[in-house]
This record gives sequence, structure tokens and C-alpha cells, in this order.
Amino acid sequence: MRKLSLNGVAIDDTYAEAFGMRATAIVITAPNLKWARQAAVTMTGYATSVIGCGCEAGIDGTLRRSETPDGRPGVRVLLFAVSTAELQKQLEGRVGQCVLTCPGTACYAGIDGEETLKLGANLRYFGDGWQISKRFSGRHYWRVPVMDGEFVVEATTGLTKAAVGGGNLLFLASGWDQAMAAAQAAVDAIATVRGAILPFPGGIVRSGSKVGSRYKSMVASTNDAYCPTLRGITISALEPEVGSVTEIVIDGLEDACVREAMRVGLHAAASLGPVRGASRITAGNYGGKLGKFLYPLKELLA
Amino acid sequence: MNALTFTLRHAPEQRLDLSLLTPATLAALSQREIERLSIGTTRLPVVVGDMFRLRGSEAGRIRFAGGHERLDMVGHGLAAGEIVVEGDVGQQAGRLMAGGRLVVAGNAGPLLGSGLKAGRIEVKGHAGDRAGGPLAGEMAGMRGGSIQVRGNAGDRAGDRMRRGLLVIEGDAGDYAGSRMIAGTVIIGGQAGAYPGYLMRRGTIILGREPLQLSPSFVDTGEAAPVFLRLLWRSLEQDGFAVAGLEGSTRRLAGDTAMLGRGEMLLPRKAHTVHDTKDVSSAPMAPPQGIGPKPRKKG
Repeated sequence: MRKLSLNGVAIDDTYAEAFGMRATAIVITAPNLKWARQAAVTMTGYATSVIGCGCEAGIDGTLRRSETPDGRPGVRVLLFAVSTAELQKQLEGRVGQCVLTCPGTACYAGIDGEETLKLGANLRYFGDGWQISKRFSGRHYWRVPVMDGEFVVEATTGLTKAAVGGGNLLFLASGWDQAMAAAQAAVDAIATVRGAILPFPGGIVRSGSKVGSRYKSMVASTNDAYCPTLRGITISALEPEVGSVTEIVIDGLEDACVREAMRVGLHAAASLGPVRGASRITAGNYGGKLGKFLYPLKELLA
Repeated sequence: MNALTFTLRHAPEQRLDLSLLTPATLAALSQREIERLSIGTTRLPVVVGDMFRLRGSEAGRIRFAGGHERLDMVGHGLAAGEIVVEGDVGQQAGRLMAGGRLVVAGNAGPLLGSGLKAGRIEVKGHAGDRAGGPLAGEMAGMRGGSIQVRGNAGDRAGDRMRRGLLVIEGDAGDYAGSRMIAGTVIIGGQAGAYPGYLMRRGTIILGREPLQLSPSFVDTGEAAPVFLRLLWRSLEQDGFAVAGLEGSTRRLAGDTAMLGRGEMLLPRKAHTVHDTKDVSSAPMAPPQGIGPKPRKKG
């Protein structure tokens, strides 16, 4: 492996391997940002990995009044799944349970697409016959009477098949604080990238996984090569100085979003230097045979 | 290329049926063929060449230089392109339009935009009765698109409307939005008696208290529905003048003589100028048999 480095931080000459996914975006608005954000946080809870959650979801960013359909403060939420059917199921379930129920909110399409997913087209039946259909400027909305007034929801939202899931960076550091500082710097930087989310808690995952397990029932299990407590027992990827490893996983609406997120994340983490942050940054892959999208770290250094 | 221009030679002696003069029909015809099209409605034959001087060749843009209230069916079934009339039109202008744009600089007769499916109609003057409404025997009036009347409209504007947007910036006659099935009617000025008469669903937004409010509408209180924000923004984008209407937040539901799922939005401070029945203070038993039928259980 060739030696690369950025700001004194060793960068592995490897690549992140990512997969094609189905994705959608919605915009949630409310009278104030607090409640828009609350709905978004609730609907993106338990959406870290498609392995166990059905979808991966997160907040793409906040929107100013001028950027939302109804002129109220809002947030944009992205959802990713492995199939259109699963994405549809997750979208309706989460919006129905977490946005429809959240005081003050309204919900709109956050992406245009030739193909669409049902957003309010079925949720309207919650109105029990009192729901009202409205079409303005070529867009179709449903108004559902609820106890705090009305829940306005757009009938459909767009679907993209160009989405990419599984972009990642691994931060190897002397201790937990340093590994977290590097990951946090990357998370903060990626928050500014439009069309990319980090689905794990606070954007950071500590339980990186490998494919398969010694147990038949498990499809994935702990990435023992990167567990500091297993160094010396298993075939470890960690040098003796590494005491803790954190990872960030990136889902993007398209290839370019993931690439840009990885680029700004890598630079932000490396800017801390090897002492305050990660001493080494690498990425996870499966040998390049499984995923359609590869992101070599050396291409991101420029 | 220049817009295909029909210059009116003189006032027509009979009502003219101009339904053939749309881009779709004229695109395939030469000027001579167009001049031979029959547009008369009586036993005395009239062709285009008798009434209009033709100029220009771009059939996608049609201009009538000079209008008259006897020019009927202008823009009938227009699907794409633009028709501009520099004057008045007769009845059924823009009837069954499915796209494109019709602009009338003068006044329009009755049944403007009757059965409109899509596209946009703008009348800079006044409109006659039953704007957007159905012909006798038809089940529904306009079912999409938008009509904008900068002046006043006659009675029964939006009669049996099913979908779409009807904006009357001036006053409207009696029974505006009568028998509405759904859709949106906005009246910036003064509406006459009984707006929303027998409406089933749909939204009527009034800039002022109507001359007479139907007693079968129920006051549901004040509200600031989010959908109005979407509506105002959409109207602004599409160039409708709606200034001063944003405060329409007193909501009445009705017509309870029918399905009762329609709504009428009035200004917050309902200043009662006219002898209007105040339905909000009248004690009223909950309406029976209104709304969706209860589902059978089990």
C-alpha cells in the first residue's frame, strides 16, 4: 500500500465501496423550526441501516422560509432503501406516524422525479372522508383535518434510482476522544453538503461490520480487524498506537453528493492533525466486487 | 414569423362560430383555405374572408384585432398555443380548452371557459353569467385550468365546477360557486347573494362579506389554514392579483343542504354592511346526515 498523508495524518491508499439505492426526499415545515425539526428527528429515528431498519434516513439540512413551499421554516429529510417497495412502505409509515402526528407540521415533496412515491395519497384516508384535495400550479395536495387544525401533505414525492448508499470513512486514533473529534469534524463539515446524510446516531457509527458471521442467523457481525481489544488475537488492521476507531457512513442522492461529502469529511478530519484527531484515515470495502460505486481516498485529497 | 392575425372588417350581422379558428385546425391550412372556412350560424353563409382580413402565418399564435360580442366560441377546445383577442368576445369563449392560453382584452359573454379542462384564460374586462359553468344537461363545469377575470362576473360563476381555479378580481353576481363539486373560486370584490349555493365540496374565498349569506352554511370559526399559503404563493407565481385577500380566515362550512364538505373563507373581521344572517350566533343543532356515510363495522 502506497503511503499517502494529509496534514500529517496517514491516509490509506484504498477506497470506499458503495451501492446503488432507491431514495426520496421530503420537506417538512412547521410554524417554527423547532417543530419541523422535531418531526424530522422522530421520523428519521431507528433508520440507521437497511440491515435492520428498513431504510436509512436523516436530515439533509434546514430550509429558510423562502425555500419551502408554504413559506414556513422547514427541514429536508432524505430516505434510502434497497427497493422501491420498501422505500414506499417506510416513507408512508414514518410520515404517517411521525409527521402527521407532530403539531403544526406540513409535508411536501423534496425532490422531483419522473417516478413518484405516494406521500399523502394514502395518508389522506386518515381524514375519514373529511379530507380535501387541492391542486395548485400543477401540484396536488391533501388537507387532512386534525385536532390542531389541518395537516397539509403533498400527494406524491419524487423517487430517484441514482442514489448511493454506503460511502464511508474510518478514523483510527490514539483514544476515544481523538477518534470522536475526527469523526465529529467530518460530520460537521458534511452537514453543509446538500443531498447527503449520515444515517447513524449523530452521524457516527462505532460498530463497523463485516459481512457474515460464525453464527448462521447473523448476516453481519463486528469488524474484528478494527476492534482495538482484539488486536493480537484476530488478524488486526490496527497498529499498536491505535486505541479507538470511529466510522461515518454516507448516503447521497447521487454519486457526486457522496463524493463531495467524503471529500469535505476527509479534509475536515485531517485538519485536526494526527495528535488531536485521527492518526490514520481509511475506508471500508469488499474488494470492489460488490458495490457499483468506488471512492478512492487519493482522488479526494486534491 | 408573425402571429396569425384576424382583423375584423366590420361588425358582424349574425353571431359567428369561431370554434374552428384554433392553432390545431389552422396549422395545416393555407391562407386561402382559412379564408374559405364557414363561420356563419344562420342561413346566410359567412366565411372567414368575409369578416376578417388575414395577416401573418404563425398559427400557434392567433390574434384577433378587434372584437365583438357576436364572436362566439373563440378558442373552443384550444389545446396548445395562444389566442389573443383585442376586444370583446361572445359566449362560450375558451369552452373545453385543454391547454394553452386565451387572453381577451375586452369583455366576455356568458359561459366563458365552460367545461375548461386545462390551460389558462384571462379576461381583462368583465365576464357574463356562468363563467366556467356547464352547458344545460352537462354534469360538470370547469374541471381544471384557471380562469382570471380582471373585472366583474355575472351570476353563477363557477357553477358545477369540479376542479381548477376561478379568480374574479372584481365583483360577482348571485350564486357564485353554485353546485360546486370541488375546486377553488376566489372573488376579490363584492359577491352577490348566496355564494356556494348547494355546493358539495370546494373552496370559495371572498374578499368581502357577500350580499346575502346562505343560512345553510355553518361557521367553523377562525383559522389560518396552511393551504392558503400554498394558494397565495401559487397565485403570485402565476401572476394573479390577490392583494388584500390574505386575511380571509373566517371559515364557513357548507352547503349543509347538500354534502356540506365545501368551505367559504371570509375576512377575519366580518364587517356586516348588509343584512346578513349571522350564522355564527344562531343556535344550530348538529347537521344530520352530513358528510361521509358511516362505514359498516365488522
